[in-house]
Amino acid sequence: MTAGRFGEFGGRYIPEILMNEVIRLEEAYGRCRADEAFTGRLDRLLAEYAGRPSLLYYAEKMTRDLGGAKVYLKREDLNHTGSHKINNVLGQALLARWMGKTRIIAETGAGQHGVAAATAAALLGLDCEIFMGREDMDRQALNVYRMELLGAKVRAVTTGTMTLKDAVNEAMRAWASRVHDTHYVLGSVMGPHPFPTMVRDFQSVIGREARRQVLAAEGRLPAAVVACVGGGSNAIGIFHAFLPDASVRLIGCEAAGRGLETGAHAATVARGAVGVFHGMKSYFCQDEHGQIAPVYSISAGLDYPGIGPEHAHLHDVGRADYVPVDDERAVSAFEYLAKTEGIICAIESAHAVAHALTLAPSLSREQSVIVCLSGRGDKDVAAIARYRGVRVHE
Amino acid sequence: MSRLSQAFQNGKAFIGFVTGGDPSLEASAEFIVEMARAGADVVEIGLPFSDPIAEGPVIQQANLRALAAGTTPDKLFELVTDVRRRGVTVPLVFLSYVNPLFRYGYDAFLRRCRETGVDGLILPDLPFEEQDEVRGPAEAHGVDLITLIAPTSEDRVRRVAARAAGFVYIVSSMGVTGMRREIETDLAGLIGLVRSVTDTPAAVGFGIHTPAQATAIARLADGVIVGSAIVALIETHGPAAGPHIYEYVRTMKQAALNAG
Repeated sequence: MTAGRFGEFGGRYIPEILMNEVIRLEEAYGRCRADEAFTGRLDRLLAEYAGRPSLLYYAEKMTRDLGGAKVYLKREDLNHTGSHKINNVLGQALLARWMGKTRIIAETGAGQHGVAAATAAALLGLDCEIFMGREDMDRQALNVYRMELLGAKVRAVTTGTMTLKDAVNEAMRAWASRVHDTHYVLGSVMGPHPFPTMVRDFQSVIGREARRQVLAAEGRLPAAVVACVGGGSNAIGIFHAFLPDASVRLIGCEAAGRGLETGAHAATVARGAVGVFHGMKSYFCQDEHGQIAPVYSISAGLDYPGIGPEHAHLHDVGRADYVPVDDERAVSAFEYLAKTEGIICAIESAHAVAHALTLAPSLSREQSVIVCLSGRGDKDVAAIARYRGVRVHE
Repeated sequence: MSRLSQAFQNGKAFIGFVTGGDPSLEASAEFIVEMARAGADVVEIGLPFSDPIAEGPVIQQANLRALAAGTTPDKLFELVTDVRRRGVTVPLVFLSYVNPLFRYGYDAFLRRCRETGVDGLILPDLPFEEQDEVRGPAEAHGVDLITLIAPTSEDRVRRVAARAAGFVYIVSSMGVTGMRREIETDLAGLIGLVRSVTDTPAAVGFGIHTPAQATAIARLADGVIVGSAIVALIETHGPAAGPHIYEYVRTMKQAALNAG
């Protein structure tokens, strides 16, 4: 098997023009992760700038209401910029600086990764260009302005379905035309090697903290860890520390959109097939001829036709389960968490909350469940109002 | 020497590209016939993919048009059978991305290539390191898996070019396919490096669209590859592009031959 494989998945399926660049990236990353000056700087940024460690919050009211396992929420929504994305971008932006790059580019769907990348670029003095589908720019106009406030240039992607997948295509094309001074900050555990491994490493701080925190609080491991999965970076981030703990069920929640039977979904594991796209072998939503399928979710962050190769492997070997959660259940969970715990989470994270609502009551009171709240929901309030048919005047 | 490599024996070669099924299979067949008649030494046929990440806007749009017209791998095999029946004898090469082939099954796809008369295969998202999974079936069915070399290949050139079959596809410029005013890469150096490790002919593509460029490139390389400029004629003239393609290819082939 070639470099960067998780079972049969992963690899490096990219144009020759980018090969030396990703090989250089792999080497630079290998040196940085062993360099105390680099890891020390990153740890300080995570603590002093991003606000880590994030809380592991015991949702007592929700637990009482559900009447089963204790529910803990890993509060990545409280990080600076409001999501787990900051963990990865600080690592990659530091690495870009270390490699002598003066410019970063990134794709974004909902804007969380774009905002995080623009933030890191501002902090570390890098030029920044964000690729965003025209469709998503219309849906998330406020985030576009936010990125511009941070000094980034937002490039509208008007090809294909004009969403996240196309933003990745366009960022890769842009990278292929300018590698000498530019690093591509991929936002999830996807793409060619070393991205799935490197992004997982940067995100695995979530699970390291959560494992320590739950052991301190409960004196035992949780029965399950639940996270939403688009590309899957917050999920891998929280799963990774628990992988050796065979008693801990790992559950990824993918977007079932309007329902699996409607075809309007982004449920890659449930409905996809093995393929090769965006630099990796993994599961993809595609048609019988291998054309990548248009996908749909109310959540722009889960609106992606693939899944990271390590998830594909965890699915194949049965170490993690992937369950579909549709728009309606996600929106209901979004509302439930707001009313029950006073927390407005990202609609992405609400897919994981929705699964916890059925999982927790099926477990005993002595057990616990951790749900990764990957982001905050301010960005989604308008879309949820629209979904419920409420007119909001801004 | 493969049929594909032999196509470089008649002076400097001209390699033209069309996306199969753009705007229809019938039109593509006619365009391929016209290219061969106008002196193209090899014709590349794009098997459309929804997300062609190495392509610029012109060929991206052609992919979408071809998919909207219902193009599938099996229909392209019918297209190849059709143009062979119509007397096209020049080598034909498929250009696609890994996923449609993976989905079809590498072995089944390459078997159909051999059966219908496809001589070579270009997969821009399959770099040297990942080629083994396709090379086995390609060699078994006698289809040349064409190697790409880029301006950034540097230390990789020797290793990558040494395994070349058919011809070496030298990418002239950074970025994606599309017409360029100037080509800034040190092509002489790159081609020299390639020739130091292989006798396989070297052709240059990406950005070439004028006769002057064709002559200049053909002075350095064994052939010139033109895609976007031909596809742009199809974009403009639609199903009526045949005569325009014929004139253009004739001019470009002559320009390549002028290099001596």
